[in-house]
Amino acid sequence: MAYEEVNNELNLKDTELRLGLPGTEEQQIEVSCVLSNKRKFQNNDENSLKEESSPSPAKTQIVGWPPVRSNRKNNNNNKNVTYVKVSMDGAPYLRKIDLKMYKDYPELLKALESMFKFTIGEYSEREGYKGSGFVPTYEDKDGDWMLVGDVPWDMFSSSCQKLRIMKRSEAPPAL
Amino acid sequence: MSEDESPPLDLRPEPPCSSSSAVDSTPNKSRNCISSSTASQTFPDHVLENVLENVLQFLDSRCDRNAASLVCKLWWKVEALTRSEVFIGNCYALSPARLTQRFKRVKSLVLKGKPRFADFNLMPPDWGANFAPWVSTMAKAYPWLEKVDLKRIFVTDDDLALVAESFPGFKELILVCCEGFGTSGIAIVANKCRKLKVLDLIESEVTDDEVDWISCFPEDVTCLESLAFDCVEAPINFKALEGLVGRSPFLKKLRLNRFVSLEELHRLLLGAPQLTSLGTGSFSHDNEAHHQSEQEPDYAAAFLACKSVVCLSGFRELMPEYLPAIFPVCANLTSLNFSYANISPDMFKPIIHKCHKLQVFWALDSICDEGLQAVAATCKELRELRIFPFDPREDSEGPVSELGLQAISEGCRKLESILYFCQRMTNAAVIAMSENCPELTVFRLCIMGRHRPDHVTGKPMDEGFGAIVKNCKKLTRLAVSGLLTDQAFRYMGEYGKLIRTLSVAFAGDSDMALRHVLEGCPRLQKLEIRDSPFGDVALRSGMHRYYNMRFVWMSACSLSKGCCKDVARAMPNLVVEVIGSDDDDDNRDYVETLYMYRSLDGPRKDAPKFPLLREKAPCISDRSCSEVEQAWVCLQYQRRYSSLEPLRGGTGGVKAISNYGLVLEGMRRAKARGFSDVSH
Repeated sequence: MAYEEVNNELNLKDTELRLGLPGTEEQQIEVSCVLSNKRKFQNNDENSLKEESSPSPAKTQIVGWPPVRSNRKNNNNNKNVTYVKVSMDGAPYLRKIDLKMYKDYPELLKALESMFKFTIGEYSEREGYKGSGFVPTYEDKDGDWMLVGDVPWDMFSSSCQKLRIMKRSEAPPAL
Repeated sequence: MSEDESPPLDLRPEPPCSSSSAVDSTPNKSRNCISSSTASQTFPDHVLENVLENVLQFLDSRCDRNAASLVCKLWWKVEALTRSEVFIGNCYALSPARLTQRFKRVKSLVLKGKPRFADFNLMPPDWGANFAPWVSTMAKAYPWLEKVDLKRIFVTDDDLALVAESFPGFKELILVCCEGFGTSGIAIVANKCRKLKVLDLIESEVTDDEVDWISCFPEDVTCLESLAFDCVEAPINFKALEGLVGRSPFLKKLRLNRFVSLEELHRLLLGAPQLTSLGTGSFSHDNEAHHQSEQEPDYAAAFLACKSVVCLSGFRELMPEYLPAIFPVCANLTSLNFSYANISPDMFKPIIHKCHKLQVFWALDSICDEGLQAVAATCKELRELRIFPFDPREDSEGPVSELGLQAISEGCRKLESILYFCQRMTNAAVIAMSENCPELTVFRLCIMGRHRPDHVTGKPMDEGFGAIVKNCKKLTRLAVSGLLTDQAFRYMGEYGKLIRTLSVAFAGDSDMALRHVLEGCPRLQKLEIRDSPFGDVALRSGMHRYYNMRFVWMSACSLSKGCCKDVARAMPNLVVEVIGSDDDDDNRDYVETLYMYRSLDGPRKDAPKFPLLREKAPCISDRSCSEVEQAWVCLQYQRRYSSLEPLRGGTGGVKAISNYGLVLEGMRRAKARGFSDVSH
């Protein structure tokens, strides 16, 4: 920013008029009303920011724009969608989630917690999940059941076929 | 299908004389054709009632019925007795109890819930529109119910179970853009509704409960005429499906999901040559199952056997090399939906060149301008066109443009409805369409880049949309996009006299734009606006209209809570929902989303409660106003605190101290009272 330095004790930045609350360091935004990239009530893949050569720096993905229903978007990029079934011991119905919607374990676990209304406890490498009666597990490409969280996220999201939230009592001691 | 155009009849005061009063002597009963028995010497009321009943039962159109019910008290009563199909455009406009109190013999209900912008994640997921209160009320009131058609409604498996149990003659279940249920609910319907003719699941979110619902249909011959489950993302027991189709001699319409393979489709078609409408499943070959040898079935022969197919859709997971299989049916097709198929122009042209009778065509923009030119050359009977983006992002490559639109306008003169997504457009092409296609009733153009001007002239798209409203005299639905100034809206207000639905996004310069529309479009029913600089002045200017509209949606505009409350206070039969978040204390007055609609039964009782919801008393002035509390529904959700955003409600993009207006209390109050700091 041109005014960052105090030149000749004249802090031009202080007197600069711009859109925005004082104290924020945002770059100029070209249009007044087009400001929202809020993550509003949505968690589909729309907000994954893709690097493309756009004319203005402020043109990030906007919620709900263009107005295409998610079932259409998903179908077009069929190859990219990774739906996995999620079952939970004791819950009557299965759910389904798109792993691509989450970018790390905390997001995924939070979504599972709110989906099935339970708490998952704290993860530690040595002892797995402590503090709750449930253990999140997944079936990987080889058909093995693993503990969620042990491998790096990318490895997990590409090999996970199915999720199962087991009751601690049912889980093998190794998990 | 025609919409109710007259003011909602229920919002007019009831004819003053009650049915129990025998004498009615006030002189202004000129509209009562049947006055009290002391005055009338002709026929006793009950004879007239019978006659009227026999006549009114033939009225089908709900517009006609609404009009008839306003004639007088007797007609109101008889019409209510004879109305068997009820259409409710907004499930919160009235309570289920009111429905059953008025209409006693309903056999069919069409119910719509969430506003359309909910499809684009602009609404909280648990906002409402629940079927439960409706089904439980109707279960007691209408045991003879036959048909339920829901759109954007939250339906649970329990609701479906209640339908299956309560209505022994149930015939038609249609769920469009619904969610909340799964295959277990569908299984119950399949199993218990023995008279089921129609089971249409369209663009709905259906949970896979790992239930083999197809097997749940009863073993004997079914009444099925239509079965659509293309949106069900769950594998299907094909053997059971084949058996079901085999014992459904009346089946005309079948829409499969992508879990039915091409080979399986082939077998089905051989067994169901009477189909008129077919949605294919996956249109690709399972490479693991077959070798590339003579074992491959003759798909074209199967289609050849379907001489009656006039409507074709599906084509999920398409392998284009199999497309020629549909050649035998192309000449008969009146409707073709390729909107889930990524087809190139070269693959597409040989097919479309055979489709001379086509009236409805949906596709992805992967067919390019070239493909559209082929459509224009062949499909002279085209009435409806929808082009969806394969890559629905703002700055993606746009394979279709003004060239395609121009070609269509020149070739398809009978066009009535168009939805067109593109990346670039010109006024000239839009004007051409307005001149070439006078039958247009629906014009929805989505230029995906926000604020994008005419890419040839650099000018706003005002003249194009202006020509549409001016020349297309039958236009009832309009969606605008691209760079638009207030001038475009001036045109809409001046010429758009029949417009009922208007969709606006990232458009306009000032309040005047919205004012033009609210003051100039007398038939406006549904107004959805997002991310446009319309504020309190504009909102107030429409108050004479809101009772005559189904709803108004405004999100990311420049409204203040104070103004919304004023509107709620002034209009007791309007429910004003303000949906937003308030972790930004400085933005206390800012309205993220306004959704308001007329309602006879006040604000709904089922507004969602979130654990993070902070209950905050609306900051009404000193006078406690119970009407405001009744009409005002303020839903506040705590969202994740993201980086600070500039304030809104400023002077339309001009840098001025009033951009910090919300900090200046005096200015805030003035704005809440309708003052603007923009001079026109």
